[in-house]
Amino acid sequence: MAERSPLADVDLSDTGDRVTLAEVPFLTQLDVRTSPSSSFPEPGTFRTDELDGEATFIWLGPDEWLVVGPPGAQKRLTERLESGRLESVSDTSVVDVSAQRTTLELRGPGALELLALGCSLDLHPRVFGPGRCAQTTLAHTPVILLQRKHCVTTGEPVFWVLVRASFASHLASWLLDASGDLTAGH
Amino acid sequence: MMLIPCPWCGPRDESEFHYGGQAGVAYPADPGALSDEQWAHYLFFRDNPKGPFRERWSHSAGCRRWFTLTRDTVTNEVTA
Repeated sequence: MAERSPLADVDLSDTGDRVTLAEVPFLTQLDVRTSPSSSFPEPGTFRTDELDGEATFIWLGPDEWLVVGPPGAQKRLTERLESGRLESVSDTSVVDVSAQRTTLELRGPGALELLALGCSLDLHPRVFGPGRCAQTTLAHTPVILLQRKHCVTTGEPVFWVLVRASFASHLASWLLDASGDLTAGH
Repeated sequence: MMLIPCPWCGPRDESEFHYGGQAGVAYPADPGALSDEQWAHYLFFRDNPKGPFRERWSHSAGCRRWFTLTRDTVTNEVTA
């Protein structure tokens, strides 16, 4: 059976000219439980690893991280984790949770404002800069929020929102609706 | 809306948390030796102070960890 992303049927284009919304489907997601070590990011942060190149390590809890990679990399990343940094650590587990969430990417000058309409965290770059992540609620939906980087050409932040598959269409509808409330460009 | 200080995530809205009741209620050392009344006391009876109260909270919409804090039941001020 062909893979089908949770937002395959949702038209994400109608967001006005201040924000762009796109689904990044089928990302590899591995839930890693292990004892804290310096090779994993600190609370509230994530980083794309130099060693594993394609893997992004997101802090979820004091002994829990989400490793995100490109589609189809489950086996490769699991093996690399288990033979590499987890090899010497007992009591660890790596679980494939790729099907649990899909990812929405928000960019553009209105991205921050759009998220702020449904999220109580201070997402201003001085607090929530590149490399920051948080588990919180966006429009009453539990999400993992990432401030990926600032766009090279515009300097504007790029956000990833990881959302459970079953909440994805609700969240997408809310984002599309809320984008109509963004103040006119400035 | 209360702001509750999660030890891992910092201050977050109350709506991200679940309440876990009084902290430090020890499981009976020998449950089989308890009378029904004593068992009911362990299960259902909790302190209800007017003032500081040690209680459990779970950051269920965040890092999903349990922690203990002291909240003043009159002012909702979190002191520890």
